[in-house]
Amino acid sequence: MMAVLRNGLLLAVISGALWGAIAMIVIGVTFALISGAPAQPSVNAAALAGLLGALVLMARTPDQRTPAVRAVSAAVVLVILFAASFAHPFGLPLDVAPFWQIVSVMLIVGTVSFTNWACLYDATRGALRRYDFEKILIRIFKGFGFVTFTVIVALPFYILVMTSLKSQQSLLANPLDFSIDFSGGVSGLFRSYVELFEQFNFGRYLLISSIVSVATVILTLLFSVPGAYAVSRLRFPGRSVLSRSILLIYMVPAIVLVIPLYAVFSQLGLRNTVAGLLIIYPATTIPVALYMLQGYFQGLPAELEEAGLMDGLSRLGVIIKITLPLSLPAMASVSLYVFMIAWNEFLFAFMFLDDPDIFTLSRGVVSLNSSEVPRQHLMAGAVIATLPILGIFLWFERYMVQGLTAGSVKG
Amino acid sequence: MSSIETAVGPPKGVGPMQRREARLAYGMLAPTFLIVATIVLIPLIANFWISFKPVQLGDLRPPTPVASERVRGDATAAGDRIRIEYRLRNSSRERAITDVIMTDSWVDGLTPVKLDPRCAITGQNLRCDLGNIEGGFRERLKIEVTVDEAYLASKTNPKDSKPVMTGDSENILTNTELTLDNFRKVFEASEFWSVLKVTIYYTVFGTGGALVLGLFAALLMNQAFRGRALLRGLFLFPYVAPVIAVAFTWVVLLDPFSGALNAILQQMGAAGGPINFFGQREASFTLLGLEFTFPLALTTVIAFEAWRYFPLSFLFILARMQSISGDMYEAAEMDGATPLQQFWYLSLPQLAGILSVLFLLRFIWTFNKFDDIFLLTGGGAGTRTLTVDVYEQGFALANLGAGAAVAVVVFVVLFTFSIIYFRFSPKDEG
Repeated sequence: MMAVLRNGLLLAVISGALWGAIAMIVIGVTFALISGAPAQPSVNAAALAGLLGALVLMARTPDQRTPAVRAVSAAVVLVILFAASFAHPFGLPLDVAPFWQIVSVMLIVGTVSFTNWACLYDATRGALRRYDFEKILIRIFKGFGFVTFTVIVALPFYILVMTSLKSQQSLLANPLDFSIDFSGGVSGLFRSYVELFEQFNFGRYLLISSIVSVATVILTLLFSVPGAYAVSRLRFPGRSVLSRSILLIYMVPAIVLVIPLYAVFSQLGLRNTVAGLLIIYPATTIPVALYMLQGYFQGLPAELEEAGLMDGLSRLGVIIKITLPLSLPAMASVSLYVFMIAWNEFLFAFMFLDDPDIFTLSRGVVSLNSSEVPRQHLMAGAVIATLPILGIFLWFERYMVQGLTAGSVKG
Repeated sequence: MSSIETAVGPPKGVGPMQRREARLAYGMLAPTFLIVATIVLIPLIANFWISFKPVQLGDLRPPTPVASERVRGDATAAGDRIRIEYRLRNSSRERAITDVIMTDSWVDGLTPVKLDPRCAITGQNLRCDLGNIEGGFRERLKIEVTVDEAYLASKTNPKDSKPVMTGDSENILTNTELTLDNFRKVFEASEFWSVLKVTIYYTVFGTGGALVLGLFAALLMNQAFRGRALLRGLFLFPYVAPVIAVAFTWVVLLDPFSGALNAILQQMGAAGGPINFFGQREASFTLLGLEFTFPLALTTVIAFEAWRYFPLSFLFILARMQSISGDMYEAAEMDGATPLQQFWYLSLPQLAGILSVLFLLRFIWTFNKFDDIFLLTGGGAGTRTLTVDVYEQGFALANLGAGAAVAVVVFVVLFTFSIIYFRFSPKDEG
């Protein structure tokens, strides 16, 4: 039964229909978002077109699939797409946003013919060995996976940026219209951002978030470097228990600490102060940092440090002159990871800060989440909070990824 | 013979070198230990304590005696009478304050006609011993005075100096009034068991979803191609971006009226009307003539969880995949194993260790998660988990004690998980 299905034609049907549908959904929706036209992509027509295009390829044996055959296949996709959608591939008359329609149709035809070719170039008609069948099937689904993952990851970020450039009215009028409106010039386009900085004090929040995050990194390193060194290099009773319980500490959920800390900090007058946050943030990141650093220190050759001790350096001298210079990459990873935690922290900032003069960005953005503030302001605030950390991430990606893998059993 | 052997062997016991090393180690660990103890361990214990106390959010502000001063009447000549009035009250409606004393400076040239028996004037000071005052206490303490030339000449107003009130009140957090009411309230509430169910549902499926997505993403990326580094960076965005940004983006994207996703679905004919992804408790669909009902808002929140945290599983699984030697696959290839067979019989067993460690760790962290659900739904529409319930009880309903009791439940469940984890986790992974 399975052997009967294991057929080249079945692969062509799967590949063609799948790629036709995906290309239409992705490109059709993108067309709608960019042009602002009320498009209704004809997914079924595109699936049929892709399927027939794939069958054209399969009509020839692999070595006969010349560029001419591929061109015929593409032509078939184009013709069927128009025929099956009654010349309305996006459910629109062709004179609505004609430029974008032409570009989109070309993209769809190009994508479908290319992916059909890339998936099926060595597929033969008729029964296939299980090995070959699976190989091609996996090729098809991998392509599908790439498109799906890219879309689900990128779409929210695209919506985030585009919404911040819109106005509430136009968003309600047509939620799919993400065309960029240049009529108000650059300042009109970035109106929300200007208002956030001028009226909502976001310049200040940006500064406070930076100060808090950098200070958290510095404090965390000051505490965790000596601690990690002691755990990884010195022998003392209780060492193994300690190095194991560090991980336990960092499984304690913040929500369990929030009530007692809220109560005590309120009575001490530390709630609603930046200093209060600067006590809590390092305390929650030190165990992680210590855990990450001790792992790295253990990997360093102890001989170098022993040589340093022999030459008359003190322990502190050894740490500063030998261990730290050798562990700069690890320090970078830890710093970036801690910076990210502090920058993105929400719970304590939300619970502890009431005074709009000392909001961090997270807290500031939450304060925009009200019915009196238009949505694009909220999105613009979110962009302001996101850009610095994503910029740092992309710039230092290698270190950041190391930090994430070393410490990010935490969430 | 034996005595020589013991002399040559390594020294037993603790020598001065080792003691010095241990002292140094403790010294280097002391700051860490101190701050972790203050901010993590002690609050953890304090949370247990608070869960047994009848504390409301408002009780955190200790009751304080408050006084304001007024001067009645106008003095134009010596011998005129004016009245100095102190309005006294207890800031708390319920709790008493003991040993309340008010002091104020007394202006020269004022002679009291009749002084309240609780008050005394010594030199330039007025001191009134008010004793104990009850909750909701309010009083006007009046002092009739006659003025003389010195007062009229000096032009000082008695109001210029503010009265100072002192008094002792019991600190609600440190007294020994204990109760089981908080736990009774938590366990007897009808929604508690549904909250627990939602928590488990959310934790299991959120963790599983993130793991499966991460596994797929790692399978895709476990091969060299152009633009791989770029794509890997993109795949990590959901985790690196601040939770407020991505959570609000999802809220805006899935909005029933102005959200892009609803608009897309409706325009493509996939949905009849707007779907309130975060606000609708249940949705149903028909498949093969059967009607299925599922919790819509909870499912959406789980989808967010999987979306936001798959990058972590992805990174770990990819790292593990890249450390698997290629020889094994070559041998399998020679023997004619198909790609799916290779995945099932070679890759998956190699990944089992990291997958189980990831599952347990992510399970714990998903269980602990508060921010995401709080920002997406605020715990409404059947998405309230235990952590959101802590906030709900402690802050939204202002009952700190009950909140702490829920937090105790969170901790106990978590502690059980951790023990299971440390007992059964493979030692070579993670």
